[in-house]
Amino acid sequence: MTAVYEPCYEPWDETRGAEIIAEHAGQEGATLVILHALQQAFGYVPEAAIPMVAQALNLSRAEVHGVFTFYHDFRHKPAGRHVLKLCRAEACQSMGGDALAARAEAKLGVTLGNTTADDRVTLEPIYCLGLCATAPSAMLDGRLIGRLDEKRLDALVAEAQR
Amino acid sequence: MSMRLFVSHDAGALAVGADEVALALQQAAARRGVAIEIVRTGSRGLYWLEPLVEVATPEGRIAYGPVTENDVPSLLDALAGNTPHPLQLGATDDIPWLKRQTRLTFARCGVIDPRSLDDYLAHGGYKGLERALSLGAEAILNEVTASGLRGRGGAGFPTGIKWKTVAQAKADRKFIVCNADEGDSGTFADRMIMEGDPFLIIEGMTIAGITVGATKGYIYTRSEYPHAIEAMNAAIIAARRAGYLGTRIGGSAYDFDLEVRVGAGAYVCGEETALLESLEGRRGIVRAKPPLPAHHGLFGKPTAINNILSLAAIPFILAEGAKTYADYGMGRSRGTMPIQLAGNLRYGGLFETAFGVTLGELVDDIGGGTFTGRPVRAAQVGGPLGAYFPRALFDTPFDYEAFAARDGLIGHGGIVVFDDSVDMRKQARFAMEFCAIESCGKCTPCRIGSTRGVETIEKIIRGERISENLALVEDLCNTMKFGSLCALGGFTPYPVLSALRHFREDFLPAPTTLQAAE
Repeated sequence: MTAVYEPCYEPWDETRGAEIIAEHAGQEGATLVILHALQQAFGYVPEAAIPMVAQALNLSRAEVHGVFTFYHDFRHKPAGRHVLKLCRAEACQSMGGDALAARAEAKLGVTLGNTTADDRVTLEPIYCLGLCATAPSAMLDGRLIGRLDEKRLDALVAEAQR
Repeated sequence: MSMRLFVSHDAGALAVGADEVALALQQAAARRGVAIEIVRTGSRGLYWLEPLVEVATPEGRIAYGPVTENDVPSLLDALAGNTPHPLQLGATDDIPWLKRQTRLTFARCGVIDPRSLDDYLAHGGYKGLERALSLGAEAILNEVTASGLRGRGGAGFPTGIKWKTVAQAKADRKFIVCNADEGDSGTFADRMIMEGDPFLIIEGMTIAGITVGATKGYIYTRSEYPHAIEAMNAAIIAARRAGYLGTRIGGSAYDFDLEVRVGAGAYVCGEETALLESLEGRRGIVRAKPPLPAHHGLFGKPTAINNILSLAAIPFILAEGAKTYADYGMGRSRGTMPIQLAGNLRYGGLFETAFGVTLGELVDDIGGGTFTGRPVRAAQVGGPLGAYFPRALFDTPFDYEAFAARDGLIGHGGIVVFDDSVDMRKQARFAMEFCAIESCGKCTPCRIGSTRGVETIEKIIRGERISENLALVEDLCNTMKFGSLCALGGFTPYPVLSALRHFREDFLPAPTTLQAAE
């Protein structure tokens, strides 16, 4: 039995975007909160939302763009249907993470940080999931996987490609 | 009467199938018409035994692990017939790995239902706050100072002094910020405590608020920790509902409330001033100090920013008294440290113990050597900015000063073990690469030096002018160390230089095979 976490996002919609922004704009230091909320709703932060956030928070577009680009999490376009994150930090390296990452790249035909041509799978590095005693680890969409080995990785890749 | 079982809901347990086991238990019991109640706890931190299933008996909890879905039928048979089972580990509290620990901060983690405030209260929760309220701010400050507690994020700054500075600052608003931005590889204590005992953090922060005169607190944690975020948010709602957060907390004259804020994948935001910038909604760029956050912190107001493990130690110190806490430890490192054993280890997990245990004991004895069964070659202590220790230095006691004396640091207490297949050139290169990826860009030595470092180490790996390039890396490390504002650029030299110094053979050209001269 494996739980299915199929990410489900709304298409970008300006009115909906404005609603989300308004919902959080009253908080102190709301920029990250809003960017997270937008990405959670739409799967990425649409370019069109940046000036809207700027206006709501009385910031310049450049400031919001600066925040958006500083943080690794925020996407400027939708990810593939599934996102497979492989931990690339030291604890996972000590357990053969490098070879597994290379294997995943070969199987999917993309390097870390990229999406397959059919838009099915985005393969990303992540620096630590905090599962360092059961390394190597991965995250497929929302699901955590520890003690990754070739067999489990192949199964994950196959699941992501479906 | 229904049987009570305990299965962890900790992310580390979920990653190895705890949900599947809990579901299988539920379904199999239903099919058999056996009434069971499954309590989802945090993790005990014995990760090689996860998924761990514990069963309540009149003699205490009995542990079974690691349990897979396939073990569920035989496990239920054994429980029904009260017969032995190959996965039975005896009473959980008697498992030697757990019994050897001194769990002051993690006493409840893995034991209670983290969503239940009643469970927290039943296990001694809020005793610290109760005493704190009876003492008043100045006496709390004396207790915290006397406990000898130092910053558990790694800097080791005395918590009492930091709080005193904030308490003395005059302002219309002050803040408590809990640094739960646990980005170091090899560390998971913050995640575990948020998932396993979130009310402890709330209690610790509330006491901090009362002490320094702050009415609002923020917990800044990582987007990589969705389960911890959920657990913290649920606990905050429950605490608010019960009057432990909000106005006139616990019937006192104090107000205090909390909010969880989530980072966005920037390692540097674990640095306190970058964290404050991020909380304010900006790029996580490090600020120059002074001014100290204690004077000019979040939104320009006096702010006590503490690591989550420092705040998590506070309720015990208040409930049991400073002396009880300070009686543990060595030298200027008082109390206990939740040490995280990670990477290539047979017995990985959370080991809370008094300062003073040696690295060798932690790796060989407690950690049981490598998972792969090969010889241990190196242990990186203190995260990606920590030094690589060779076996020759495994006699170093776990203590802030002892590690510093050997050009290392204990950091946030993470230990990542490598077997003899490790290539230390790769590890040195990675340290520079990680710094290049995560640098906030403020200081030139960090921003550009790390990229030059990667390139130079790659030249060494390719065998180009090795000794000259090694000298260059050392020189670059010195520049980074002294020319960077924060620990990212300043400490990246630790893993690099320790690899160069203690594992020199990896960097030198492979010895040419000599003809046997007879």
